Amino acid sequence: MKLQGNVWKFGDNIDTDVIIPARYLNTTDPVTLAAHCMEDIDETFASSVQPGDIMVGGANFGCGSSREHAPISIKGAGVSCIVAESFARIFFRNAINIGLPILESVDAARDAQKGDRLTVDLTAGTITNARTGQTYQANPYPPFVLAIIEAGGLVPYTRNTLGIEI
Amino acid sequence: MGKTLAEKIIAAHAEQDSVSAGDLVTVNVDVVMANDITAPIAINSFDAVGVEEVFNPDRIMLVPSHFTPNKDIKSAEQARTLARFAESQMLSHRFQVGRSGIEHVILPERGLVLPGDLVVGGDSHTCTYGALGAFATGMGSTDIAVTMATGQTWLRVPETMKFVYHGQRQQWVYGKDMILRTIGEISVDGALYRAMEFTGQGITGLGMSDRLTMANMIIEAGGKCGFMPFDAVTQEYVEARATRSYTPYAADDDADYVSVHEFDLSDMEPQVACPYSPDNVKPVSQVEPEKVDQVFIGSCTNGRFEDFAIVADILEKTGREFHPDVRVMIIPGSQAVYLDVLRQGWIELFTLAGGAVSTSTCGPCLGGHMGVLASEEVCVSTSNRNFRGRMGHRDARVFLANPAIATASAILGRIGHPDEL
Ligand code: SF4
Repeated sequence: MKLQGNVWKFGDNIDTDVIIPARYLNTTDPVTLAAHCMEDIDETFASSVQPGDIMVGGANFGCGSSREHAPISIKGAGVSCIVAESFARIFFRNAINIGLPILESVDAARDAQKGDRLTVDLTAGTITNARTGQTYQANPYPPFVLAIIEAGGLVPYTRNTLGIEI
Repeated sequence: MGKTLAEKIIAAHAEQDSVSAGDLVTVNVDVVMANDITAPIAINSFDAVGVEEVFNPDRIMLVPSHFTPNKDIKSAEQARTLARFAESQMLSHRFQVGRSGIEHVILPERGLVLPGDLVVGGDSHTCTYGALGAFATGMGSTDIAVTMATGQTWLRVPETMKFVYHGQRQQWVYGKDMILRTIGEISVDGALYRAMEFTGQGITGLGMSDRLTMANMIIEAGGKCGFMPFDAVTQEYVEARATRSYTPYAADDDADYVSVHEFDLSDMEPQVACPYSPDNVKPVSQVEPEKVDQVFIGSCTNGRFEDFAIVADILEKTGREFHPDVRVMIIPGSQAVYLDVLRQGWIELFTLAGGAVSTSTCGPCLGGHMGVLASEEVCVSTSNRNFRGRMGHRDARVFLANPAIATASAILGRIGHPDEL
């Protein structure tokens, strides 16, 4: 599966309070959450992000609270995938569980600049930057995590393992 | 090679003789927790899984504490979702406003989480229960939904970092200062994916309240879980509360640690985390004595009886009032704490000093209600996070400190030390 989009670049330690401030956590609606995504560090993000765009972060992306509203707001905003140097562990699980693809690659994250066009091949785990022409290999997922991604998230994965028919 | 606490507890819950750091395992979970923010999504996903009943109605704790007492209609609907689910699934433990509190204060207080347990919670500060010697870690709503359905989850066995505290604590130095100093040293991702074991004379000498404060903040270093050793302090605390039997574990002497970090308490000052990160930590003497607009004393970090005892002690000894320009929000972490504080006569003391004492809630800690900050306001808070926008406007500035520094700052009207009073 291939994804293509323009880069929105953010720094290190992007915390979940910045991704979606707690003042909006009295709802679980992805559209409402998406409208406030990243507003405390980039007021233009929610209104200008285009479907398919790719978020690029530094180290420890998604640190802080366990709110699944964070990846939900990012997915709701139309972001197709996140590339970062590393992810905070709860955010990593949450993104995988709700079917938002995320890839760890220090070099791809460092080299990408705002507006670059990236192509991400989820099956091969590669990230190609059209501006530099370089292709990067992301850290591979453990097989178990891959199975969750292939099932489309943790809920469908669990239904399959419990043998519950759709 | 010996085993760490994380390896021992996970092995027992994976029904394996032993596991090692790096292994991916499926574990049986003792307790599942979620709150009014994370449970609504978890309940939706639970319905989507298609299982009729939760795995064990005695072991699921849905605690509304963030926006309760309901601050608006949307929050009321979220809290109602929890209550209805608890009713329909016939959960044994119910947490209604007036009989409840902040999840991480009441679960240990009521003996619902115990040494040797494996606990997952839809809240990043679930790691608090490591103070009791439990493996406790935060997860998101979908993980919680699946665990409520199956009683199981998957984990990667973490590597463990060891933290040793030597020497005697100075006056006005508490568990809060020890953990702030530690986070300042290793940074907000210094323990990413890892367990943290706390040991040494400095830990043995801590009461349960300080231990809970320290374990609470390991997530601020990126940690997956933290552990205090099981000792006489733990035993006394747990014996008075346990609702069922439990198994304490101890790390082996020759356990494999990825790193060992040593701290000397004998010359450690109270510590303050400056905006906008819990690892931007300085000794209080090196923090600008800025004017403060609000002081918040409460939260799952420092909202226990012992924390309010510090506030009362300073007010009683100095006979001072809070500064007239400062809003002082004092919020006991549970109704039980509230009642103990009330019985001591401290609600009167705090109110006469000019403080606003409220029923238990997370409230201001997450910029929810009961003390949201305006732009450019400065707050000294005993909570655990000072990220941009955490307690209100993105330009508000939050300094994290222990209850003594918070009280002194509330009296002085600027960031200060009790010795200045
Ligand atoms: S008091 Fe603050 S940190 Fe603790 S559970 Fe509530 S919102 Fe989270």
